[in-house]
Amino acid sequence: MKKGTLKQILLITDGCSNRGENPSAVAALAFEQGITVNVIGIMEDNQRESDGGLREVEDIALSGGGVSQLVYQQVLSQTVQAVTKQAMTQTLQGVVNQELKQILGPNQSLEDLPPEQRGEVMEVVEDLGETCDLEVLVLVDTSASMNDKLPTVQEALFDLSVSLNARIGRNRFSIFAFPGRKSNINKILDWSPRLDSIASVFPKLTSGGITPTGPALKEAMYQFGKKSLLRSFRNEHESDVEEA
Amino acid sequence: MNMNQTSKKLELSLQPGTSIIGKWHKNNYRITRRLGYGAIGAVYLCNFNGKQAALKISTSGSSITMEVNVLKTLQKVQGNGSLGPSLLDVDDWQHPGGTRCSFYVMEYVNGKDLGGFIQSHGDEWLGILMMQLLGDLQKLHQAGWVFGDLKTENLLVASSPPRIRWIDVGGTTQIGRSIKEYTEFYDRGYWKMGTRKAEPSYDLFALAMVMLQIYYPARFDKGNHPEKMLMTKLSATPQLKKYYTPIKKALYGTYTSSEQMRRDIASLIMQHSPKAQKPTRIGQRKAAAVKPQHSFMESIVILVTAVVFYLFHMVFI
Repeated sequence: MKKGTLKQILLITDGCSNRGENPSAVAALAFEQGITVNVIGIMEDNQRESDGGLREVEDIALSGGGVSQLVYQQVLSQTVQAVTKQAMTQTLQGVVNQELKQILGPNQSLEDLPPEQRGEVMEVVEDLGETCDLEVLVLVDTSASMNDKLPTVQEALFDLSVSLNARIGRNRFSIFAFPGRKSNINKILDWSPRLDSIASVFPKLTSGGITPTGPALKEAMYQFGKKSLLRSFRNEHESDVEEA
Repeated sequence: MNMNQTSKKLELSLQPGTSIIGKWHKNNYRITRRLGYGAIGAVYLCNFNGKQAALKISTSGSSITMEVNVLKTLQKVQGNGSLGPSLLDVDDWQHPGGTRCSFYVMEYVNGKDLGGFIQSHGDEWLGILMMQLLGDLQKLHQAGWVFGDLKTENLLVASSPPRIRWIDVGGTTQIGRSIKEYTEFYDRGYWKMGTRKAEPSYDLFALAMVMLQIYYPARFDKGNHPEKMLMTKLSATPQLKKYYTPIKKALYGTYTSSEQMRRDIASLIMQHSPKAQKPTRIGQRKAAAVKPQHSFMESIVILVTAVVFYLFHMVFI
């Protein structure tokens, strides 16, 4: 199995979109393109997980093939790295599951293997997670209500880079904020191997109550390079089938 | 860390008396009570053929599998030592509600939490327990692994003879990789004192934090000057004065192996103090408790003697 690059969008928001395309549909499209969409919803201290307003968070991640989590801002740092890592495992596991189906037949998945063999497969997943290259585009909602949370977000992103840069594989990060002044998203940090250069990168907030999550996600999708791990795997399979 | 699963799937809660029969190996485990629950599932005390065992169950099969892999590796390393609880069984179970669960069964380590043990047995145990822990870490590191999520909650002191044991190996990571699981307070990355790469010094930092946490059960935040905060808290703890140097070295990542720290702590404990031995805190407390009783007995003896003499006096006159 050759090593590729995992691509992720990490959306950090505190509420629901109210402008443009449906973000879940855009997330599904991104997933088709081999980009996983993870969402972290930051709750106010008096907010509960059961509040309907944050329901969207889970939906976007589900259709984006990623992981979602609602958190209070105090625990943001640990959540950001946990979500990112978990999504990597999930994606890689999906890829490995695909391979298994190729070998063992369409009705076989990891769970159908006896525990002993499952262990060996998970070792492969873990190895891949440690050694593959990773591109994370962080998409931060900077609408007015996020104002007081941005210092925490910044701290959490720095922490994320500490976690991911301990891996053997290479990383590239970029940060975008939305809504942008003129376009859908605003570039804050171009692709770079570290996030420690982000001191005071978040701009003064301008916008009012507009949260165009869908259009922002779509724009984010175009910021990735062409070849992705998922897609390269899918293409490989297609060619396998043709040869057979 | 099965984030969205926990919120979506039904929270696994097994009633005492529930029978867990494995899909593959058909062993029957009877749930006694819940021991605790963590990021990826719950741990139950259970009964298997009349023996007690601990059963960890989760809806996230992959997380269970990864932990089992670690436990198996530890078993290969430990020989007859005590690196983690020994693994007894791995299997799947279909919850009556339809959820597919994976579980593993391990040795049940019965013991006291570290903080409670030190409190009831005295501070002099701290150094000894840490030496035991450093010995275990040394073996683990030599085998190419780092414990990762070393924290007070993952440690137990088994009794007679007191022996420190670790109980949750979920964070155990191969040296050179990125730490799999950590807790902020014990994580040198959080304190901006180093990377999250798995190397022996990562565990030693966490061990130093374990020693601090015993005297700061509520923990403390890093504030704006993490390094300064650590040093302030360390200096402000009289019980840790003795271990100041090794703790500081561990916090700054000066040690490259557990053995170095173990030797330093050992020599501090063995240090022969030229002054007369002061009684230990426990000893003093005991002495204080016994004294009033003594004097009470004394007064009774005096009183009785006095009465006897008085009676003699009466008889002979």
